[in-house]
Amino acid sequence: MLETADLLKEGIKEELKSDEMLLNMGPQHPSTHGVLRLVLRTDGEVVKEAVPHIGYLHRCFEKHAENVTYPQVIPYTDRMDYVGSMNNALGYVIAVEKLMGIKVPERAEYIRVIVAELNRIASHLLAFGTYGLDIGAFTPFMHAFRDREKILDLFEEASGARLLYNYPRIGGVAKDVPPGWLEKTRAFIDYFKPKIKEYNDLLTFNKIFIERTANVGVLPLDLAISYGVTGPNLRGSGMKWDLRRNDPYSIYDRFEFDIPVGTGEMGTVGDCWDRYWVRIREMGESIKIIRQALDQIPAGEVMAPEGLKAIKPPKGEVYVRTETPRGELGYYLISDGSQQPYRLKVRSPCFTAMSVFHEIARGGMIADMVAIVGSLDIVLGEIDR
Amino acid sequence: MRNFVDQLVNNYEFLETFPRPLLYLIAMVAASAIILGFIAILVMFFVWLERKVAGHMQDRYGPMEVGRHGWLQSIADGIKLFLKEDIIPALADKPLFVIAPIIVFVGAFSAFVVVPFSENLIVADLNIGIFYILAVSSLTVIGIIMAGWSSNNKWALYGAMRSAAQIISYEIPVGIALLAAVLPAGSLSMRDIVLAQSGGFWNWFIFRNPPFGFVACIIYFVAALAEVNRTPFDIPEAESELVAGYHTEYSGMRFAFFFLAEYANMFLVGTIVTTLFLGGWEFPIFPSAFAFLNPIIFVLKGIALVFVMMWLRWTLPRLRVDQLMYVSWKVLLPFAFACLFGVSAWMLLLHSA
Repeated sequence: MLETADLLKEGIKEELKSDEMLLNMGPQHPSTHGVLRLVLRTDGEVVKEAVPHIGYLHRCFEKHAENVTYPQVIPYTDRMDYVGSMNNALGYVIAVEKLMGIKVPERAEYIRVIVAELNRIASHLLAFGTYGLDIGAFTPFMHAFRDREKILDLFEEASGARLLYNYPRIGGVAKDVPPGWLEKTRAFIDYFKPKIKEYNDLLTFNKIFIERTANVGVLPLDLAISYGVTGPNLRGSGMKWDLRRNDPYSIYDRFEFDIPVGTGEMGTVGDCWDRYWVRIREMGESIKIIRQALDQIPAGEVMAPEGLKAIKPPKGEVYVRTETPRGELGYYLISDGSQQPYRLKVRSPCFTAMSVFHEIARGGMIADMVAIVGSLDIVLGEIDR
Repeated sequence: MRNFVDQLVNNYEFLETFPRPLLYLIAMVAASAIILGFIAILVMFFVWLERKVAGHMQDRYGPMEVGRHGWLQSIADGIKLFLKEDIIPALADKPLFVIAPIIVFVGAFSAFVVVPFSENLIVADLNIGIFYILAVSSLTVIGIIMAGWSSNNKWALYGAMRSAAQIISYEIPVGIALLAAVLPAGSLSMRDIVLAQSGGFWNWFIFRNPPFGFVACIIYFVAALAEVNRTPFDIPEAESELVAGYHTEYSGMRFAFFFLAEYANMFLVGTIVTTLFLGGWEFPIFPSAFAFLNPIIFVLKGIALVFVMMWLRWTLPRLRVDQLMYVSWKVLLPFAFACLFGVSAWMLLLHSA
């Protein structure tokens, strides 16, 4: 009898099994943050499996780098993570400087830190705004862009460009900041600090927003570590790991700042809300760093004398990792003594974040896919390079 | 409408030569045309208002170029949509694809037949007025499913499926919440419901049978937001998930029909709340003194409620499908029932006293 019942159950299961549908999400889709393509195997609204396909924005960065001189690589680094260009270029120039043993002037170091942190705020603002958009709230996006615009204005004054700056150079920065720029920056951070509270009132603690993001896309710490996830995504899972503190580069060891981590305040540790909340708090920490840097910045040169000559590093190799807004960006640089890099390999934080996506997306709903992709804050330009 | 025609015939004798049914028909067509025109203009105003509201909430201006503060923008957009190429996807189910927007449009606009703009300004005072609105406006869901299915696009299909589930679920709290206003009025006729609230704002059903009238009003408004696919319940056309939902494949005038229907539906919700809970055409205090303003007051109340919907849209994020169902079945529905029982209990108490 028992067997018959079991058979019957099996039979019913077979009959009730509905068809699965393959849904092609992207590369042209409003919320895949660029040209990401997700192939979703869906059963109704539930996603059984999500397979990311990348490569739609591949521009042969690494091969290009082998065929241009060292300074000419900097504009290409700008184009990897195009919302965090300053940080990308910073990592690269530090790698070359380390290879050549260049000592960067103090003032240049401070300017680099200020622009890198401003860039981090701009990048997190973009993440915050588009995340609101992903969840269905349009207004936070506009407010975020209003304030991001002010940072871009500052960058435009300093470097001449609003998105791809080519500002950090090997041996320093392209040129000194214009007169009055430091005061404007201070005015901006004074203006910006209260805005973070506004964002929180508008989106962060909105009940619907919390419902949509808490307990969604949970990334446990061990999974994050085993996939090599870094940056705010790793900190959202509860690990206090920030290269600015754990492996300081440039002059980050001189500043006081906290490292926000996810605590599962609204749901589980490592859910979408935690990752989002880490970014919001990091903006506050960046403000702290900028303020200290503005207080300490000395006068003087902004370019080391070696940077003005032809860049020709000695034979050797170097690996430099920096904390970009998206996590640990590594440059592995091999020099054969010529004016062009022999090999430049990039370790991309977005790529690792994307590689864990299929693990945490499984079993979610279609709306969750959007929430998870948004909370990982990927930039396809950096994944594909 | 019949009375109006009879009155005309009595006053102007030459009309006797025409057969009555023909006169009725002409009057009906004329009235519908007026309503259609009025609602269409109002809808264009709403499209403009939405963009202005969104703009100002987001620290920008919204349309500014066409006309003063962009007030002609909707007309410009209308002309653009009208002139666009009519595209029907090659693999679409053509007949369904073509009639789907018309059904949605008709469902939205024909409901205005029973909307009482003032005591006499009403196309047809049906004795089942509110019931008629519920029936006609749920035509929308059929049109949406047709659009989603016939587009032969997975995103459109998802939008249609979501929409069907959503609208059907939310119709139940809507109906029950409305009963909380129908019960004290003792009638389904829109005109009688407003007349039952006459004599100052304290007689409005939102303030009667406290607190059930108020709660019923809120429940209706929330559920109606879901029925007209507005944020936070706009999952059928969730841009960030479903591209554009059921109207992904539509363009030009066919898309405009969906668009107009959406805004007409919003105003319809505004008028229903106004009629059933906010005293209809009446001025809040000394209603008889302001009788000449009645139609304007009615429209203003409707516009104010539409503004609230826009306000919500540009403030709130969007719910997920399962959360949407949860809100309908586990929150709104029990509360709507409680309101219905509460109102009934109040009435029983008041009548027996």
